[in-house]
Amino acid sequence: MKKTLCLYFQVHQPLRLRQYRFFDIGKDHYYYDDFANRSIMRKVADRCYLPANKLMLDLIKEYGKQFKISFSISGTAIEQFEQFTPEVLDSFKALAETGAVEFLAETCSHSLASLRSPAEFRMQVEEHAALIKKHFGKKPETFRNTELIYSDDIGAMVADMGYSAMLTEGAKHILGWKSPNYLYTNVINPKLKILLKNYRLSDDIAFRFSDHGWGEWPLTVEKYVAWLNVAAKKDELINLFMDYETFGEHQGAETGIFAFLRHLPARVFSHSKFDFLTPADVVAKHQPVAPLHVPFAISWADEERDLSAWLGNELQNEAFEQLYRLEQKISERNEKKLWHDFRNLQASDHFYYMCTKFFSDGAVHKYFTPYDTPYEAFINYMNVLSDFITCVEKPVEKELIKNRKSAKKSLTLHSEIKREEKINRNKPIIKIANTTFIMKKTTLSALAADGPLPGVTGQKPAVKKTAKKAAPKKKVVAKKAAPKKKVVAKKAAPKKKVVAKKAAPKKVVAKKAAPKKVAPKK
Amino acid sequence: MKILMFGWEFPPHIAGGLGTACYGLTKGLAKNGVEILFVMPRASGDEDESAVRILNASDIELFAEAQELEAFWKHVNFFEIGSNLIPYLGPEEFEALVNYNIKGIQHKNQVIGFGQKYNFSGKYGANLLEEVARYALVAASVALREQFDVIHAHDWLTYTAGIVAKKISGKPLVIHVHATEFDRSGENINQQVYDIERWGMLEADKVITVSNLTRNIVINRYGIAPEKVVTVHNAVDFQGYSSVNVERGVDDKIVTFLGRITYQKGPEYFIEAAAKVLKSYAGVRFVMAGSGDMFNRAIRRVARLGIASRFHFTGFLQGADVQRMFAYSDVYVMPSVSEPFGISPLEAMRSNVPTIISKQSGVAEVLKHAIKVDFWDVNALADAIHGLLAYPALSKMAVRCGLEEVNALKWDNAAFHVKKVYESAAIL
Repeated sequence: MKKTLCLYFQVHQPLRLRQYRFFDIGKDHYYYDDFANRSIMRKVADRCYLPANKLMLDLIKEYGKQFKISFSISGTAIEQFEQFTPEVLDSFKALAETGAVEFLAETCSHSLASLRSPAEFRMQVEEHAALIKKHFGKKPETFRNTELIYSDDIGAMVADMGYSAMLTEGAKHILGWKSPNYLYTNVINPKLKILLKNYRLSDDIAFRFSDHGWGEWPLTVEKYVAWLNVAAKKDELINLFMDYETFGEHQGAETGIFAFLRHLPARVFSHSKFDFLTPADVVAKHQPVAPLHVPFAISWADEERDLSAWLGNELQNEAFEQLYRLEQKISERNEKKLWHDFRNLQASDHFYYMCTKFFSDGAVHKYFTPYDTPYEAFINYMNVLSDFITCVEKPVEKELIKNRKSAKKSLTLHSEIKREEKINRNKPIIKIANTTFIMKKTTLSALAADGPLPGVTGQKPAVKKTAKKAAPKKKVVAKKAAPKKKVVAKKAAPKKKVVAKKAAPKKVVAKKAAPKKVAPKK
Repeated sequence: MKILMFGWEFPPHIAGGLGTACYGLTKGLAKNGVEILFVMPRASGDEDESAVRILNASDIELFAEAQELEAFWKHVNFFEIGSNLIPYLGPEEFEALVNYNIKGIQHKNQVIGFGQKYNFSGKYGANLLEEVARYALVAASVALREQFDVIHAHDWLTYTAGIVAKKISGKPLVIHVHATEFDRSGENINQQVYDIERWGMLEADKVITVSNLTRNIVINRYGIAPEKVVTVHNAVDFQGYSSVNVERGVDDKIVTFLGRITYQKGPEYFIEAAAKVLKSYAGVRFVMAGSGDMFNRAIRRVARLGIASRFHFTGFLQGADVQRMFAYSDVYVMPSVSEPFGISPLEAMRSNVPTIISKQSGVAEVLKHAIKVDFWDVNALADAIHGLLAYPALSKMAVRCGLEEVNALKWDNAAFHVKKVYESAAIL
């Protein structure tokens, strides 16, 4: 049987936060550093994504389906491609069209949700799968978690979602005497196959390629393929997982990394018995050898291969806890902007910046962080989070939107509502908008009152709950259900009546809103 | 190895960080097996008195608190020279102070080191530079009489003494730069002081600076060959340090500035940041502890900003009051414009106070668990203060890691490096 070489590349760019001072809390709700995000995306696109994609495309054209690769592209990266460098997205689409490339699923916002909230994790994975389907035409079959984080429980969740394979690190402390160069299965649900990164051979390219202090420098394809042969003497599968930014960004073009990549397939074909396969192919071809026990989460980061890069000190833990405390409220409010910010604030990168390990070990950490120290990273993040908390907890009101961008976004939000409205009813928009506003106000005051409402004391919690859940959709539905007359009536009527009325349309609302909740960000 | 060391103050009579640093350094050197002849100007400054005398053991007992230090004292001998040199003063300030004393206001046991016997004649001391020269002459006689391998001079007042000793004995000279004229005076430097400093650096076989910041100044502004200049960061000695418990009168959190209220300490940035924090964070008070030439200006600015009800001045603090101030504090801020090293953040961290320091301080080079801001970046400073007040996880971690960090800064290690410098100077 021919041996397998599985190449997988991670594509991710975080949405960096702007310098957010505490004076901004409660005043400015736009959190992102557009300049940095745009310019970094531009730079990485020019140095890495565009030339690397072109090279990959050339290789696939040259070798046909013999040369196969796989990617996972975070939703955050795709969003920024769309915003700043659409040509990169196009070049990935061109790769997708060759049929020799597999796109994997991950969490949309490159989050650590798998460690905290199964519900949130599932939503993000579904969101990402849909995004991949939309752009690359195929629903992903293989899953890779943020930073290759994996544990038995996470694997079981992923299997539940219908994925057949998952990628993770071939961490030494997990494997012991075992070899990473085989297919394994999840302990809880053996249907999920586990592909393990061969970190030595992967890091030879990703980290050591240009290191002049390394005994093996310079690394040539001849040497590397010889190593592959040695490594796979008894084993059957070698997984090379790395950041895609390795090509041209972490290892600059001047190091010869592109030439290495250019000539690797030819050498593999001529001097070894390897096939290039994608993870899905691997699962189809190879038999798993054993279940793999991973009781505690592992990742591909640092020497420890654990979570300590993101959740290793009290700063990170505090920020993480504070953030996920909001989950319930956000799903109750179910507003687009809140979801968007919530997801972006979950990105693992923010926690990585707060890592204090980089004091001792971490040229790598230093390389990736926009902050001088973890303390600064924490302060900035917590300032943003503090504002976000006020947004989540504050009743919906006309918000002062300073930033042009967010203004635009909320405009689109508004127009979407309008569009929906048009489809559903032929009533004049202005009138409806008017109604919405009044409706909102009254519900709000009832919610804000929070104390015992006259007349409904008995069922108060139920009423409150439905009211809250419905909140985001209220606008639309209220418009549908309540013609203008009602509003006037409400205004005039005594309080009791108002409450009663409110409760009534809300039930309808709740039902209608239900399907929306599944995929709130759509 | 025997070192002839020129210093000027020693506990308990110290005016600033230098005395503490010399004390810690000599202790560390003693542990590293280096013998020291310590020469320092003495407050008794009576011109009739013999210029040099060896301090006897009974005198030493006064400030050697522990028996365990015996080994140390075996290695260190003291000389005191009648002189009224005062550290940290420029010639103008010195003159003012001297005139002040002539008026007859005598302070007993003043921290600056004037003793009871001091009776100023006005014949020489009024001119600091003459005094420096006189000290050098006295130093020369010490150099003639004693045996030693290397000469070590601390800061500019003793550089001339070091140079003379070198000329007489032919032994290598190491000078130790704790501060430069640029740190003391900003850009308006005293040319004569600068010239002495530069002369010392040029004559020295090795120059030790307390931080890379100072090293750069020595290289760039004094034109000294980089290979001659070595950074040895200061350390801190918390032996016999006990934490103080204080009862608070107010529930508010307290943010403290502690130091001389002078241009180079950056008090105005502290005030502006305080105003910003107070605008949006209730339950905090600011304290400015210290005195200095910008004291009145600081008070005026606080009044004008309308924050005086939450911004307090304590005046000059010393001894136990300093510790008590730290114990009261929730955040300590050192926004120095220029600080060769800066020992007070270490004391704050030792007292479990999270600390913000300016990037323009030498101590920023050794501290990881202090928050660092540019002194001029008032927004960043305000933000850091707010962060430490509002996010408990942050101050908790800064306190815990900070304490570990300062406890690891040992004079023994610094002294080891200084010894290395001696050795390299000796074989030059």
